[in-house]
Amino acid sequence: MDFAQSGQTLVQLSYLVAAFLFIVGLKRMSSPVTAVSGIRWAGVGMVLATLVTLVFMHASQLNLILVIVAIAAGGALAWISGKRVAMTDMPQMIALYNGMGGGAAGAIAAVELYSGNEQSVTHLAIAAVGGFIGSVSFSGSLIAFGKLQGLITKSVRFSGQKLVNLAILLVTVGLGFAVVSGSFTGPLAVSLFFGFALLLGIAMTLPIGGADMPVVISLYNALTGLAVGFEGFVLDNAAMIIAGTVVGAAGTLLTQLMAKAMNRSLANVLFANFGESSGAGASTVTGTQKAIEASDAGVMLAFSQKVIVVPGYGMAVAQAQHKVWELCQLLIEHGVQVRFAIHPVAGRMPGHMNVLLAEAGVPYDLISDLDEINAEFDTADVALIIGANDVVNPDARTNKASPIFGMPILSADKAKNVIVVKRGQGQGFSGIDNALFVLDQTRMLYGDAQSAVGQLIQAVKAAG
Amino acid sequence: MIDGVIALYIFMLAAFTGYEVISRVPVILHTPLMSGSNFIHGIVLVGAMVALATADTTLVRVIGFVGVFLAAGNAVGGYVATERMLQMFVSAGKKKGNL
Repeated sequence: MDFAQSGQTLVQLSYLVAAFLFIVGLKRMSSPVTAVSGIRWAGVGMVLATLVTLVFMHASQLNLILVIVAIAAGGALAWISGKRVAMTDMPQMIALYNGMGGGAAGAIAAVELYSGNEQSVTHLAIAAVGGFIGSVSFSGSLIAFGKLQGLITKSVRFSGQKLVNLAILLVTVGLGFAVVSGSFTGPLAVSLFFGFALLLGIAMTLPIGGADMPVVISLYNALTGLAVGFEGFVLDNAAMIIAGTVVGAAGTLLTQLMAKAMNRSLANVLFANFGESSGAGASTVTGTQKAIEASDAGVMLAFSQKVIVVPGYGMAVAQAQHKVWELCQLLIEHGVQVRFAIHPVAGRMPGHMNVLLAEAGVPYDLISDLDEINAEFDTADVALIIGANDVVNPDARTNKASPIFGMPILSADKAKNVIVVKRGQGQGFSGIDNALFVLDQTRMLYGDAQSAVGQLIQAVKAAG
Repeated sequence: MIDGVIALYIFMLAAFTGYEVISRVPVILHTPLMSGSNFIHGIVLVGAMVALATADTTLVRVIGFVGVFLAAGNAVGGYVATERMLQMFVSAGKKKGNL
């Protein structure tokens, strides 16, 4: 066995170890106690596979330098942005990093298709499918990033949009067939193929409302995994096949769980143009919102037996999680029973609120999910809604015309009093009126969540 | 090339593994887990490296360079984001122990 052969064996073995570490890592990430060690195990696998590949790949000096420069540049940018970004902006960063992975899978496919040195049609076809999925995931994730980051504020919708998207899809698939079968080849054909695939990702994602972005990001995460798996087949790379497929399957399940939490099918999320109709006809919310001063709200909280806090995206935007926990600790000192109620899709991702509350140091046992807490709203004196909207909208239970009808919600309307901390009188992110806000027992505390909760803290201190 | 049928076996077993591993995850870990699985498909980096290593024209070099750049961003960013999120669960857990 010469050096090159034993090198290849070593590479394959390192990929085997990496795949093992990835699966163990994912497994450990499934429990809060072992989660940090999970990502580290997976990280070791990644470093091992990368280093062994770097040592044993047969690159010219120029290519070797390019590889190292590209890793350094991409890695450094991601490292700095990942370390600096606020916890609340994590969802869009995940979208961004995910898009990069999709783009990388697309690039591998592009290398295969442009260089045209693949003989077998099967190989070309797998490369093209992976490239297609990766490209859609790339451009789609970038749009999702733009939307969550606030760079793209409008959901672009026009009549006949689905037909246009379908046409783009068909053209892309047609071009893919042509390239693979050899009936239309050359750089132009390949470029058109990728161009249309990228366009499809953009066109698919633009009409989807911000409230649905968690599901979309999760879907693109699964798609990137699949694309990586496909390119793994092309490159005979077992680590890519296993890791990509594991992520593809896991991501698909995660996407379904999220869609289910919103009581909608994935097709509904992707094609129903959520929130489109709510502006005009579906709104049946009548009545006026009644404001409350922070001092009165503070007294109400301080003299309650039981308070259930419902955090939402507004808390995340205002970075108010530390203040919220400070307020709750104060209330606990006053002998108030405090619970946190987390809706599965509160915020921009499932578990988004849990991450933020964990950051603020809220113990797990105060945090309950939908099924555990909903019966308890009956016995709560105050439901304190902090920047949450759709997840507490009773229209989801009662109003068949509402776009969110059927979505499981937190029954905040069952509490004796409801205090809603909200930036202004307008509609929330999804553009749907909220029937909770005009109920008799509801009082609105307008303002940025950070400052409003700060005022509540002062008020509770003054009351006690 | 990995034999076609064997490749399908790998595909099937890996898909089951992914499905099983995730199906037992509590809701509170969904975001870190999405981020963690996002990191894991960063293994596309090794594929992009090999693709760039064998590049022999300028066009392919440019695409390969972009591919490695993006893949490195996926891997490193995915790791940093996931670790930061999971760190918070550790500190929250410790605080809980002290209460």
